[in-house]
Amino acid sequence: MEWEAVIGLEIHTQLATKSKIFSGASTAYGAEPNTQACAVDLGLPGVLPVLNEEAVRMAVLFGLAIEAEVAPYSVFARKNYFYPDLPKGYQISQFELPIVGLGHLDIDVDGVKKRVGVTRAHLEEDAGKSLHEDFHGLTGIDLNRAGTPLLEIVSEPDMRSAKEAVAYMRKLHELVRYLGICDGNMQEGSFRCDANVSVRPKGQQAFGTRAEIKNINSFRFVEKAINYEIERQIDLIESGGEVVQETRLYDADKDQTRSMRSKEEANDYRYFPDPDLLPVVVDEAFKAQVKATMPELPDAKKQRFKDQYGLDDESTAILTSSRPLADYFEAVVKESACEARICANWVTGDLSAALNRSGLEITDSPVSHERLAGLLARISDNTISGKIAKQVFEEMWQGTASADEIIEAKGLKQITDTGAIEAIIDKIIANNPEQVEQYRSGKDKVFGFFVGQVMKEMQGKANPGEVNKMLKDKLK
Amino acid sequence: MHNKSITDLAKGLRSGEFSSVELTQAFLNRIKQHSSLNCYITVTEDLALQEAKAADDRIAKGDATLLTGIPIAQKDIFCTQGVKTTCGSKILDNFIAPYNATVVEKFNQAGSVMLGKLNMDEFAMGSSNETSYYGAVRNPWDHNAIPGGSSGGSAAAVAAGLAVCATGTDTGGSIRQPASHCGITGLKPTYGRVSRYGMIAYASSLDQGGPMARSAEDAAIMLQVMAGFDERDSTSVDLPVPDYRAGLSNPIEGLKIGLPKEFFGAGLNSDVAAVIEAAVNEYRKLGAHIKEVSMPNLKLAIPAYYVIASAECSANLSRFDGVRYGYRCANPEDLTDLYTRSRGEGFGKEVKRRILMGTYALSAGYYDAYYIKAQKVRRLISDDFKKALSEVDVIMGPVAPSAAFGIGEKIGNPIEMYLSDIYTIAINLAGLPAMSMPAGVVGGKPVGLQIIGNYFAEHRLLNIAHQYQQVTDWHQQSPKGFE
Repeated sequence: MEWEAVIGLEIHTQLATKSKIFSGASTAYGAEPNTQACAVDLGLPGVLPVLNEEAVRMAVLFGLAIEAEVAPYSVFARKNYFYPDLPKGYQISQFELPIVGLGHLDIDVDGVKKRVGVTRAHLEEDAGKSLHEDFHGLTGIDLNRAGTPLLEIVSEPDMRSAKEAVAYMRKLHELVRYLGICDGNMQEGSFRCDANVSVRPKGQQAFGTRAEIKNINSFRFVEKAINYEIERQIDLIESGGEVVQETRLYDADKDQTRSMRSKEEANDYRYFPDPDLLPVVVDEAFKAQVKATMPELPDAKKQRFKDQYGLDDESTAILTSSRPLADYFEAVVKESACEARICANWVTGDLSAALNRSGLEITDSPVSHERLAGLLARISDNTISGKIAKQVFEEMWQGTASADEIIEAKGLKQITDTGAIEAIIDKIIANNPEQVEQYRSGKDKVFGFFVGQVMKEMQGKANPGEVNKMLKDKLK
Repeated sequence: MHNKSITDLAKGLRSGEFSSVELTQAFLNRIKQHSSLNCYITVTEDLALQEAKAADDRIAKGDATLLTGIPIAQKDIFCTQGVKTTCGSKILDNFIAPYNATVVEKFNQAGSVMLGKLNMDEFAMGSSNETSYYGAVRNPWDHNAIPGGSSGGSAAAVAAGLAVCATGTDTGGSIRQPASHCGITGLKPTYGRVSRYGMIAYASSLDQGGPMARSAEDAAIMLQVMAGFDERDSTSVDLPVPDYRAGLSNPIEGLKIGLPKEFFGAGLNSDVAAVIEAAVNEYRKLGAHIKEVSMPNLKLAIPAYYVIASAECSANLSRFDGVRYGYRCANPEDLTDLYTRSRGEGFGKEVKRRILMGTYALSAGYYDAYYIKAQKVRRLISDDFKKALSEVDVIMGPVAPSAAFGIGEKIGNPIEMYLSDIYTIAINLAGLPAMSMPAGVVGGKPVGLQIIGNYFAEHRLLNIAHQYQQVTDWHQQSPKGFE
């Protein structure tokens, strides 16, 4: 039988607010345990939550970006369960009335476009962390993360393969970083994924029983976990078994999922509206205000890069993969007055390679866009050749000097003085009669030998165009 | 000295007739002398004397408010920095609050002196003060009677002159009913008028702090300090606070008083009914017009209240889990054992009963039938009040069906205990302000008159109560042995 997978994702994005969603404590990652948890985060008796407006703004921005209905009226609810890293014994979340309603995201898998529905996105607070190591059999609780704002983004069950799921996840990852609402750092848990997976015979309308795979923290693992789960379910059904509704965990070391708890063991969260918080009212004026801050979104930027700069798909994809990289590229084009294609080659080539080698992000690049533009400007005005430019770039990467300073100090300026070039050419023709003979008898390949000799003699500083032209004349 | 009004005491402090240290010491002595009433859970003697000294300095500098140097006491539901804050529960018996409730902070700024923390029903769940881990409080009018609850320690302390005035909180009558049973004046403000920050939550949508004092004037002085918007409480309301004392003397001629017929039905003790009628008559003499109004949904108030309050408390009390602070059972075997025994041993019977009720009401499959339905009832009750208050200025009636009942009399019968709050609970569901003031004595025990006003009409209620207190002396009577 031919099977079809049905996949929906729930993605928790940590919002990049400075302070927590219901308190003034900092959200910075990596502090000493329990140093960023105030009375409210600790759930002390008598404390009350106060909503962070910035978190609301970010949720609204996301809603507008996926063309969703932003709820004029949404409500925070208490989700009740006991866990040591959940200080109040309930999580403040949104249940019946989330802030973002139905929207969509367009993905592209192997050139095929597909629209994935986003059911909803709601605001909630993160829990703390339970630390099971280094406590001699006891558990440590770190509440620094407690109260960090999350936007939980729930997709429709629209994806049919692990590949589609990953494409959706990547698209979302790119979007939230474009919007500046999440740093997207998956290692630090800023972008976490739960996957709902079921299978059904191809052509069947009704969904199969689904399993939820919790907390998968990389694109690669999402793909592997889903593929494993699809296989497991198909094998199970084909061997006469039945899929049970349950929560499963993906074990990356063994590359398999295993059962965590069944539906029967699932909590009854007893949601009810949180009486400590007023309903969130988002009016048209607020929406308009947020909309005015909407950056150019990834799809629009890709199209524009192709149209405006004449770039191919590959360079476009790399350059628009993050907003800072795209901004860097555009700044270089503007400041260097150099051809966009050359700028793109440099940014996606030498610069990206150097960043990768050093493990740096574009925002931490030791060569700023001004400095790179300074270098490329010298290529475009023929001061140096592309080859020399690579040498200058390496110097720039190591230090702080500008391209002009390095060119000057090292005497790398291209020689365009035809007299000097002519003298060298004459000398080389005189010293290599054999090769001259070969060339003149039709062996065109020898031409490269002469270019190389001239460049060598001139330490690469001769203008290659000029050398070619003069050599051709002289060798006639 | 212990029976004087705040303004008289403030005058005495300013004129140098006595110092705040002397005044405070006198109250501390009385607290010791009458410790058998069990009003206080914690007496903060050293802190009080320190604060009194600071108040005397402030008075000397001419920088005093009316409350500077006045010895007051806090219901033990308000967090007080560095001072044990128990909420009447074993589960918080070891809890020293690391911060001050907004209300406490405001009294500190006014320069009042805190004598200590007052006994109360555990987590404010109770109508008799018998659910306290620290034992029942005795009514100074009758030592075998309950003082009312949950602010029973507050009411008894003010009535017995063990504090000039005290804070209370009211979720279903917890200021008004003990005020009535102890013969003092208590006001539950409009929901949102007083910050709940630092006030340990029982039922968040109903809880409201308020003043408990010897007169409407003293209550006005207290409310002036307590009321106002607090950015740390999203449910506090950002409206200007009127000058409560300034309006006390306004004439009340032409006042329209509504008497809900449902408040005077079969459940009401006839002697209490007579006290209320006499008080209403007094108002008639002051120029008020009386009109009958109706609250057809009043009978639904108690079941709706116990669904909503229990549901909210079931979540509010989840934080007491033995993990971060408060009581933790000895040698827990695992996490479940830690939770079940810490909570099982730390909470009293009534608290457990309400947590169970609330958990049940919120459970899958029951939520609509209980919680949602109770919210609908809540709206109907609010509408009843809205309608009535569009016809009259205030509503009057009894606070409780009878005078204070005996210690041990109802504690074994929760339903009967719950029914004793029939006249107060609906007001919390509607979020309206209401007060209780002494209006007579039945069987040697005081009985209060309840006055219910429109939203944010606290100034009007205080004015109306004050006018009554100008022509009567029920509020000046003291229990025997405490004159």
